[in-house]
Amino acid sequence: MVVILGSPTPESAEIYAKTVTEGDPSWVGPLAGIALKLPVYHVLEPEVKNQFDQSLYDDQVGIMESVLDTDDLIKTVSKVRSEQ
Amino acid sequence: MVQHGSKPSREIQKDPETLKLIQSSLRSLNEAISYAPHQVMLGNIYPDTLSELESPWYENPTDSNSHKGPHGEIVGEEIFYGLIKGVDDFGLVSIEESFAKRSYSEIKKMGYLTGDLLQKIEGVPVSEIENRLQEDNVLPLRLGTGETIGFISTDYAEDPSLSPDILLENLTVKATATMALNSVLESNGVDPETIDYVIGSGEEAIGDRYNRGGGNLAKAVAEAAGCMQSTGADIKAFCCAPVHATVVGGSLITSGVFPNIAVIGGCSLAKLGMKFQGHLKKGIPIMEDVLVGFAILLGPDDQVSPVLRLDSVGRHTVAAGSVQQKIVEALVQTPLSKVGLKFQDIGKYATEMHNPEITDTAGSGNVPQTNYRLIAALAALNGEIEKGAESRDAFVKTHGMPGFSPTQGHVASAIPFLGHALDDLKRGNYQYSMFLAKGSLFLGRMTHMSDGESFILEKNH
Repeated sequence: MVVILGSPTPESAEIYAKTVTEGDPSWVGPLAGIALKLPVYHVLEPEVKNQFDQSLYDDQVGIMESVLDTDDLIKTVSKVRSEQ
Repeated sequence: MVQHGSKPSREIQKDPETLKLIQSSLRSLNEAISYAPHQVMLGNIYPDTLSELESPWYENPTDSNSHKGPHGEIVGEEIFYGLIKGVDDFGLVSIEESFAKRSYSEIKKMGYLTGDLLQKIEGVPVSEIENRLQEDNVLPLRLGTGETIGFISTDYAEDPSLSPDILLENLTVKATATMALNSVLESNGVDPETIDYVIGSGEEAIGDRYNRGGGNLAKAVAEAAGCMQSTGADIKAFCCAPVHATVVGGSLITSGVFPNIAVIGGCSLAKLGMKFQGHLKKGIPIMEDVLVGFAILLGPDDQVSPVLRLDSVGRHTVAAGSVQQKIVEALVQTPLSKVGLKFQDIGKYATEMHNPEITDTAGSGNVPQTNYRLIAALAALNGEIEKGAESRDAFVKTHGMPGFSPTQGHVASAIPFLGHALDDLKRGNYQYSMFLAKGSLFLGRMTHMSDGESFILEKNH
């Protein structure tokens, strides 16, 4: 099982990435203190992007690559993943 | 009022100590007045100026200490509690008598609220407040200092739709919308008796156990504001409702059904302190500490006011789905091409205008910036601007603006720019402004969809 995030900011992506790995860092949701240790990726990461039919990806996600802080998002989520 | 916001009230219930933490992180009225984004709401500062001001804005107050501007007025707790009492037709709210006297004279000084509302602002002895607060189903009304000045109760304890917290939510909506409507009528020299129809566009559910969300706050506000010749109805569409309501209002005028219409939206009490935990964690003031109401007057062409282009209305159809790109295509690109305009013909786009200082500091990102970048990306896809971050950012700077609205749900959706857009269009700063709003329908658990609608305002030629 792999978790794919679409969160628009590095801050929110970090919260969701940690929620499905080490447990909800904000301690407000049902996964507080529960470490699922699931592999987590952002949909803008190349490992995910390359799995898609490219024209479909461009149609559905492509524009967000130029809108969001893609590099920061990739850095943030891959860091959480590597800390597992 | 922050303690009555949804998130704070739930957290206070879990840990009563949270109330003290909240009280110690609240801003004073003067701090809220001199806060730059609020001065933009009042119309004393143009939105673009925000990017030139030193940030964070909460640490760099503006020189302006004016509580009034061409687009509105900000009032403190003393007036606000009096207003709630003044719009309470069922004796639900009680406030202390000396407080009520001060409140009455302050509200009278404002000059534009009607006699009936003023007459209802009467107080009760402190002892009555203390006694009633011992009972169940009675909620205290406190000042930011923690001092209790009154309470709200229910007249039917068995009905969860009429519990004191829900009645408080709905009375704050009525109070803010009434104040906004009377203020707009007065500042435009419009006799309330000439209004034919009032359309409510807030999100709050008004009704009892048999008709929760039954609504028509519009007519309640019409009555409180003295619009005696009007009726009204509410349009419910989450944050998108003000744009839907404006389009419906324009259509009723154009079709000749009703010539003079007011679109109103009260505040959103539930959203006070929504992200207070993020703000406390960062050691910054709780900035979701203001309630906002608005009113818009629509009428036949007066040869001066900007024109609502009904042929430009954009809609997020069911078929458009939930992909951001498709939504913005439906709301921006399709209507532009329908009326033969290009992306850059729109002087300013008004989108979800949430103040990024509130959302960014609590991990929710910069909402308007993301929206403006999406519009820029579509302009680039259509070959109207160069691809790349540089031209994207230039487009955003010219045709967008920094967010400045309190995170008051439907209030934040495009409407806060309306006053500025009317000024710009009247002065001829540009020919067109586009308003687009989106609504998170999925929050109600009846569909996974979101919603959106848009319209273009044009300079009156």
